[in-house]
Amino acid sequence: MKRKPIFVALFAASLILLFATRPTQCFAQIDIHIHTATNAMESHIHGLTGEAFGDGQGRPDVGAQLYRRYCIGCHGPNGDGNGENAMWFDPTMGFAKPRDFTLGVFKCRSTPTGMLPTEDDLFDSITRGFVNTNMPSWRPLTEQERANLIAMVKAFSPRWQAEKPGAPITIPPETAPTVESILHGRELFDKIQCWKCHGPEGRGDGPSALTLTDTKGNPIRPYDFTTGERFKCGASNQDLYRIFMTGLDGTPMPSFSDNIKPEEAWDLVHFLRTLQVTLKTRELATFQTWLKGHPNTLKPIGQEAP
Amino acid sequence: MQARYVLLPVLFALTVTVASVGPAPAGTIEGKVTYTGTPPKMKPIDMSKEPTCAKEHNPPLLSENVVTGPGNALQYVVVYISAGEQSAQPPSEPVRYDQKGCMYVPHILAMHTNQPLQIYTDDPFTHNIHPMPKRNPEWNKSQPPGAAPIDTKWANPEFIEVKCNIHPWMHGYFAVLNTSHYAVTDNEGNYSLKGLPPGKYTVTAWQEQYSTQSQEVTVGPTGAASVNFVFKVTPYLY
Repeated sequence: MKRKPIFVALFAASLILLFATRPTQCFAQIDIHIHTATNAMESHIHGLTGEAFGDGQGRPDVGAQLYRRYCIGCHGPNGDGNGENAMWFDPTMGFAKPRDFTLGVFKCRSTPTGMLPTEDDLFDSITRGFVNTNMPSWRPLTEQERANLIAMVKAFSPRWQAEKPGAPITIPPETAPTVESILHGRELFDKIQCWKCHGPEGRGDGPSALTLTDTKGNPIRPYDFTTGERFKCGASNQDLYRIFMTGLDGTPMPSFSDNIKPEEAWDLVHFLRTLQVTLKTRELATFQTWLKGHPNTLKPIGQEAP
Repeated sequence: MQARYVLLPVLFALTVTVASVGPAPAGTIEGKVTYTGTPPKMKPIDMSKEPTCAKEHNPPLLSENVVTGPGNALQYVVVYISAGEQSAQPPSEPVRYDQKGCMYVPHILAMHTNQPLQIYTDDPFTHNIHPMPKRNPEWNKSQPPGAAPIDTKWANPEFIEVKCNIHPWMHGYFAVLNTSHYAVTDNEGNYSLKGLPPGKYTVTAWQEQYSTQSQEVTVGPTGAASVNFVFKVTPYLY
């Protein structure tokens, strides 16, 4: 049977259209829906420029491709923390749900509460990972790859286009961890009522501890100092100072920077170190030596005047 | 002396000009917000974890998610102009939110976008103020006893839930609106929106459990219009 040439031509043309317009490389065909097509973000970290999408030709090291490979299982195709693994994270057991990038709210920041974190903050977070959660350290990825992933994280929230990250808070040099500093820190811990959540001994068992939820309504635990675990946002005294002054946005941990002076914050840091009884910190040693010479002089924490 | 003689007439003239050009006839939208159905029973708040407050509120206060008044009135409903108004500058005088005896006063505070908001604490213990917006930046600040008020404002209109994580029963809302014509209903469900030039408006009512309702209304040159809202309530909270 003889075909009409016009149909042959049409058929050939449609075949060409079908194959020619497809990307030549084949990557996992998971669609990442982005809120707006204009969210093509970049990051600038350590002199590197991170790209979320690159030139759109599916280069394997751009943020979107890395995200598909490493992050999508938990953080989800929409970046909202609803990946297929997320349902297995039990917040009542202390495992935080995956971060929802669409909100643009982050715990570990060097910026004041309510502000976007800096790109370096995000970079540090994925490099460090989060202790006691399912988020591992991504140090095995190259710095360029991590920078690309930061660009991808930013692409999920319109906040990154509407706002600028805040200016990092200044952390003055640490004061000496003297007994006076520790004792004053202890007074503050009592007065500003850290113990309401963290407990009088820092065991994370204060009267409000069981009622705490994060902004998404998931149960969340206050940090238990006595386990000696690293803090989520770093392990140093500077990190502790920063956590305390910036707060952990999206969680019940508020910022204290409006009402606590920098030297007082250092006093509190020194006292908090004495709560980490399993770590045998220098502050704990100082405190215990002092306690031996002054038995029964300290008022117990959390005993309010009736 | 000389200056005063010049200044006074000038001021007088200015006043007269402003008054004669000035405000067009202003109308009012008034009404009542009621409910049909069975409202949920509000539970007494257990403040035993903050003994000072538990002592202060005896018998205990009830939670404020759905507050009703006589004649099926619904309290704490925000009624506001959602369309039809000329865009206005936010007022510069601040609105005030209080933390008093482990409660937010008022339970719902309405304000214009970008209007200064001051948050005070009266209590002899630490609170943390944790607004949880979706369209504005979320923050969380501690406010120890005697601390200075927190000065802030919200750029985008939305209803922002506020809570204190230390005292989980503390729960309120900031109603951030793109208008300065708003009211929160009283215990009899009444509201009144004053100072509206004649025109066609959309009036919206929002209740924290039962979402929003809107009605269109025309305010004539003589002034008053009446808009009532009826919310269908359910005996459970969600």
